[in-house]
Formats: sequence, structure tokens, C-alpha cells
Amino acid sequence: MKKSVFLGTLTMAGLAAGLVSAGTLDDVKARGELNCGVNTGLVGFAAPDANGNWTGFDVAICKAVAAAVLGDASKVKYVPTTGQTRFTALASGEVDVLARNSTWTYSRDTDLKLDFVGVNYYDGQGFMVRKDLGVSSAKELEGATVCIQTGTTTELNLADFFKANNMSYQPIAIDTNAEGEQQYLAGACDAYTTDISGLAATRAAFADPENHIILPEVVSKEPLGPAVRHGDNQWGDIVMWTLNALVAAEEYGVTSANIDELSKGTENPEINRLLGTEGDLGAMVGLDKDWAKRAIKAGGNYGEIFAATIGEQTPIGLARGLNAQWTQGGLLYAPPFR
Amino acid sequence: MTESSAAFVRRDMLPPQAPPATQAGVLKWLRENLFSSPLNAVLTLAGAYVVWWLVAHSYPWLSHSVWNAGSLSECRAIIAERWGADATGACWAVIKERWHQYIFGFYPPELYWRPISVFLLLFVALAPVLFSAVPRVLLVFTVVYPFLATWLLWGGSPWIEVMILVGFVLGWAAFRIASRYGSLLAVSVALAVPALWWVFAAGPMDRALEQAIRLAIEKVASDKFGGFLLAVTIGVGGIAMSLPLGILLALGRRSDMFLIKALSVGFIEFIRGVPLITLLFVASLLLNYFLPPGTNFDIILRVEILVTLFAAAYIAEVVRGGLAALPRGQYEAADSLGLDYWKAQRLIILPQALKISIPGIVSTFIGMFKDTTLVVFVGLFDPLKGISDFVRADFNWKGIYWEPYIFVGCIFFLFNFSMSRYSMYLENKLKRDHR
Repeated sequence: MKKSVFLGTLTMAGLAAGLVSAGTLDDVKARGELNCGVNTGLVGFAAPDANGNWTGFDVAICKAVAAAVLGDASKVKYVPTTGQTRFTALASGEVDVLARNSTWTYSRDTDLKLDFVGVNYYDGQGFMVRKDLGVSSAKELEGATVCIQTGTTTELNLADFFKANNMSYQPIAIDTNAEGEQQYLAGACDAYTTDISGLAATRAAFADPENHIILPEVVSKEPLGPAVRHGDNQWGDIVMWTLNALVAAEEYGVTSANIDELSKGTENPEINRLLGTEGDLGAMVGLDKDWAKRAIKAGGNYGEIFAATIGEQTPIGLARGLNAQWTQGGLLYAPPFR
Repeated sequence: MTESSAAFVRRDMLPPQAPPATQAGVLKWLRENLFSSPLNAVLTLAGAYVVWWLVAHSYPWLSHSVWNAGSLSECRAIIAERWGADATGACWAVIKERWHQYIFGFYPPELYWRPISVFLLLFVALAPVLFSAVPRVLLVFTVVYPFLATWLLWGGSPWIEVMILVGFVLGWAAFRIASRYGSLLAVSVALAVPALWWVFAAGPMDRALEQAIRLAIEKVASDKFGGFLLAVTIGVGGIAMSLPLGILLALGRRSDMFLIKALSVGFIEFIRGVPLITLLFVASLLLNYFLPPGTNFDIILRVEILVTLFAAAYIAEVVRGGLAALPRGQYEAADSLGLDYWKAQRLIILPQALKISIPGIVSTFIGMFKDTTLVVFVGLFDPLKGISDFVRADFNWKGIYWEPYIFVGCIFFLFNFSMSRYSMYLENKLKRDHR
């Protein structure tokens, strides 16, 4: 009897504590540090250098959010998460935001109780083959052996694609990208499949990139975006609009170089509202006026981040493609700041 | 004095003749060891072929080693320039550039002296335990060492560690005093006094001392740990804690008291029946759901506890094997001397049982030390895969594969081989020819 009362009290205390800590923004401010879930290492997206400083396309989102909320882009604690631990780390409160190239899917958004707040990279699954295989389309891969990372959406997409085209294939299960490269180079599989951004980076690192081609077919949609816990809408709004601010800044031509100049006031009221010189958009999400300005200053606008981490000037050399602004034929379309 | 009457007698020794060519030297050795039968000859040739094949394939790669380069492509360019376009070679430059991350993870470079001194002091602390020639006084340092090491590794104020240590000392003192009045009382007092101390007195004392004497050094969070620093921290901590726990569990399993026996059996069988990975996931994920949100229960500590429990279950079974191997006469001899349970165990049973179990215990430790690499699955940077994965995530080193594995493998080998050699030394030293 006593024990059950005790357990009941404990449960209630746990629930109460759960309710109290619903305000992620307050938690982050009190802690003075943003806990950001990132990949344990993915070329261009998140990787620590020789001195332990994290850089990359996903890392830039963490920095922008930290700059917006805490006023300092360096106040981030990077929590490396694996494919297995990432969603639990978010749900259990170990991280405040998950910026780990995770595909936005229906079941993750609903069943796993996550909220994907947007898309920072539109990816898709593709195939890489050796040129001398003489294949120019994924539809010619009948009977091929394919290296595939287990336990990922890519595995399911692969099965769907071959089934839809009535072809057979032989999967070679691999654990990590490094192993996949090794198997592919050793000739254990005819084709290597993963997200096209990953294929491009892998190919660029080969000793003989000219002997490998990435087939034109994109067999899946992989919208990768930052996610937050379901139920804390204020915090979700902050992350969502930080991402939107980076996208909008590129659209309006606000860069880290001219932002100080522009924040003195411009003729464009949208820029003025974004940078806090007009109106007070920050207060609506519980932040100050300069939040977006700081977020953009942290690593530049979306275009600058892209160019610095994975763009065509980097060894990874990804073209903007779907990730161009809507005005340039891409899918990036930030809702108005109003 | 004529010699003619005597038969012919040789006066001097014949010079020894060389043995037949097949019965001496290399040839004899070869015949006896490698070609003693047709089957042996075939096996020898097959073995020689495998060795030749391995060397022929790895030697060119190893001999084309590059130590100075900034990236894998630079390595490839240097190899192509020196040994021709088709040559393959090892690019050790990645180790040269990133070795500190393989050893220390993200530990701040200006504080490397702390883990290094902890590692060196480890040998000072271990010496009196491992070698009987070392003066016994050093055992005091062995007791203090875990607390000192914790303080140096994680930093912060040392007073928390001091308070915990004081709790143990108080418990021990209480045990010594109360044991005059009966062993049950002594055990309960030895448990109650430290518990009361930690709950009520340690916190305020810690704060008061922190105010009075500031000794805080820079804090290093657990997420900065990685590489061999992490593996050795978890490994050594697990070894040190799992041995006593394992011995207690083994004794518990052989106990006559039903409850103690049932609990020990249940614990051992449960832990041994579950893969270590599962326990690690429990440590990293499930505990977060059980604990109230916002509780910051250090991930390394969580993993350390579960690794310890895991190893303890195996040690318990190894020690139980040793206990079972003792002849019944030893137990009866202890009883006939009028020793109580603990004295009998301490003076007669365990020294013999543990001696028998040494090889098993050391293999368990070696296995556990290697299992520390599994922490990669809960997002910690183990040296084998965790560090290598993020080194490869740097575009400069993307595509590098064997070199990190070989480097990490060599270091693991050094650790494990020394442990294995020590266990052989100990077996020889303790060898008594009566069995």
C-alpha cells in the first residue's frame, strides 16, 4: 500500500516535472547553452575538425538558433547522435533541436511525436556505378548487386524502386558509408546507393572520380530538416523561423557582409522587419528584436552557408538544384515576415 | 715394460664425426617440426603459402607509407609521384594529424597533462596491487587514486570527491568499532553511517569547504571524452569495480541463504542473458525516460555502471568455477579452525579460488576492455569507429579506411597483450606444485 502511494507520488512528480519543463526556450536560456543533436560525422553536413570545432551545413542551423536565442553562435553543445539514438535523444530531452540530416516522413512527424519545422536540404536517393559497367540509367540495373546501408529509408526505397520497375537485385548489406565505399571500390557490388549528396561527396573523394558516374534517376524524396519535440510550439516556431530567416535573407540579398549596413534601415519593409529595424517580430516568439539579425550573422544567409559547406566551390561540389530559391527554379520558399 | 704384449689400445680419442646431415641442425629441426609426416608437410606448405600471400599483398602497401600530407588526395599524389601511378600505399598522415583525437577525443589540448598524469599515476596505484615487492604503504594511494583520477579527469571542485571518500572512511571506521559488538551490527552500521553522511552532511560540507578553500580546476564535460581516454576510463573503472562485485556475487550464488542466493542467481543469469548492446541502449535511452526530465545523469557514468554490472556477472561465474574447484577439505579445514564465514573466505578459500581463476578473470577483463568500443552505438566516441567516422567526415580524409583500424588495433593489442603477460607472470609466481 505504502509502496504504491510512493510510486504514485513519484509518477506524479515525474509528470509535473514533465509539464514544467515544456518551455524549451526557458530551459535553453537558463542553461545558457543549446543542446543540438548532430550526426556523428557526415561530410559537409556535420564534422569536427582536428581541433574539435564542429562545422557543416547542419551545424550552421545549430549555430543560427543559438545566435538567435542566446546571442552567441558558439553557445552550442553538439550531441553526436547515431541513426538509432537520434529520435530518442530528442524525445527524452537530451537535445533541444535535432539538426541531423533526418528525412521528414509522415510516421516520424506523427507517430514518433516529432515536429519537423522545415527543410534545409532537399535530397533524393540515387545510384553510383562504375563507368565501365556501361549503364546509363538505373532502369538498366536488372540483376545488379547493390550496396545498401541497413536500417535506413534508403533500403526501403531501393526495394520499392526495383519492385515498381519489375527488376530483381541482390542487396549487399553494409553498416556505414565508409564500409560501403570500400565494398564498392573492391567490386563487391555493381552499384552503390544512398542520398545523392552523399554519393557526390563519396565520388569526389575517390582516387579516380572520373571513372564513376551518378545515374540520373532520383528514386526517392528525402527532405532533410531540423526537428523538435512535439508539443512545444513556441520553441518549434523559433527554430522554424530561424531557418526561414536564413532562407529569406538570401532571397532579399541580406548577407553577412552587408547586414550591418542594411540593419540601419532600407526601403524594403520586409528586410526592415526581418532585421528588427521596423516592428517587433521577435517579441511574438519570446525573443528580442535582433534575433534574426544575429542568426544571419552567425554563418551568413542560406546561400552563404550552402556555398561554404557543400556548394560547388567546396570539394563536395553540390549544385543548388532543388535547393535554389523559388525565384531561381528551386523549392526554397520562405513565408513572408509580416 | 714392453708394450708389444698388450693388444692394440687406442691412446687418443677419435675426433667426433659430424652427425648425418638429416639428424642435425636446421634440417633436423625442419624434419621434426615441419615435415614429420606427409600430412604435416602439406600443412606446412599450405601455411607457408598463406604467409607468403599475406606478405606479398600487404608489403607493397606498407612500404609505400606516407607520413607527411594534409589530405588523402595529397597522399595519393605523393604515392603516385614516388612509386608510379599504379602504386598503392598507406597514408599514415591521417594518424599524424589526428592522433591526439584518437587518444584524447575532444579533451581540451591545453589540459592534456591531466589525463596523462592520471594514466601515469594509474601505474603507481596499481603497483602495490600487482607486485608484492612494492612497499605496502602505497596501498593508501591506491585507495585515494580513483577519487583523484575522477577529479583530474572531469575537473571542478575536488571537495565532492573528498566528501565521498570521507564517507567510505567513516563507514570503515564505524565497521571497525562496531565489529566488537557483533558482525550483523557492524555491517548495518558500516552501511548506514556513510549513507547518512552522504545524504545529510556531505552536501553542506562540500559547499562550506568550497567557500573556504577554492581548489576548483577547469571543468571538462563528458562529451569531450573520446578515443582511448574514454576506452581506458571505462575499461579501468569497469575492471576495478567489477572484480569485487563479481567475487561477492560468486559468494552469494554459493550462499546457503535463500534470498541472497536467489538474488545473485537472478542477477547473474539476467545480465549474462542480455547482450551488452542492449544494456548500453538502456543506459543511454531508457534511463532518460525513467529519470525526471532535466536530470543530468552523466552518460559516461551510466555506461560505466552498466559495463561494470555486465563484467561482474561474468567474473562471478569465473570465480564460482574457482570456488567449485577447491576440494571440500579446504572448507572443512577452515571450519575446523573455528573461522567465521568472512575470515574463512578471506584467509583460506578465496586466495586459492582466485588463483585458479586468474586466466578466466583476465580473459574477461580483456574482453571487457575491447567491448568498450561498443559505446559508439550510444553516441560516444570510441577509438575504433566513433573517432574514425568523424575523421572520415572531414573531406580531407574521406575514403581512408585501413590506416585508422590498424593504428587503433595496434594500441589495443599493446594493452591486452600486457594484461595477458601479467596474468602469466602471476600464474607462475603463484604456482605451487602440489596440484
